[in-house]
Amino acid sequence: MSFRTPLGRVRGLGSARDGTHHWWAQRVTAIALVPLTVWFVVSILMLAGADRVAIVDWLGNPVTAGLLVMLILASFHHGQLGLQVVIEDYVHNEGWKIGLIVFVKLAALLFGGIAVISALKLAFGG
Amino acid sequence: MASDPPARRDRPLSPHLQVYKPQWTSVLSILHRITGVALAAGTLLLVWWLAAAASSADYFAWVQGFMASWAGIVLLIGWAFALYYHLCNGIRHLFWDAGIGLELGPARLSGMAVVAAAAALTVVSTVIALAPQGAPA
Repeated sequence: MSFRTPLGRVRGLGSARDGTHHWWAQRVTAIALVPLTVWFVVSILMLAGADRVAIVDWLGNPVTAGLLVMLILASFHHGQLGLQVVIEDYVHNEGWKIGLIVFVKLAALLFGGIAVISALKLAFGG
Repeated sequence: MASDPPARRDRPLSPHLQVYKPQWTSVLSILHRITGVALAAGTLLLVWWLAAAASSADYFAWVQGFMASWAGIVLLIGWAFALYYHLCNGIRHLFWDAGIGLELGPARLSGMAVVAAAAALTVVSTVIALAPQGAPA
């Protein structure tokens, strides 16, 4: 039996041993995504119906390519952090909960990776 | 000691949602989660679009054709609303994190403003996206 009080147990890093890192990362990516999303939406509205040549031309600008890679990284990091909270809140079976969180994190790495590599390939001329 | 210390009692962990009357604040709160989950899935649309462009001109033209079809347009309008709602409501959340606008009145008003902004941005985006190509094929 532990002699620590409930308050002492949750102080510092807390009972999840994670502290505020998850919360903080979610806010930082959210702040980054506000201007990045506005920039991206305006960009794709101008690219509606464009062909591949126009996309290669658009991503040929290193600033555009850099912003798109930042958008992809921030989106997938923010998204997997958010999905993790939703899973933790609604999935109560411990096995399913951990399995789904691992699946979401690995899927975010895979699809984020595919998106970054696609963006870079286009940025370097297709 | 006759009873457990207060913190060890079996207290209810969360309220039963169905006993509450739906309110602007509560409905918009769950809508933030729903649009967030929808956007996580919707981001795969962006991955598909980028991977198609990186693959070949023919395949990218096919994907662009799908995006301009009725199914694609409905999907993109839903994606746009989810994105605009989550973006605007996310900014509302960041203000709350800074301790601004947490009172009942302002929280309700900012919620209405977020819904209005998301709807207006969705309509404007749809009009702009459809304007140069005319009616979808």
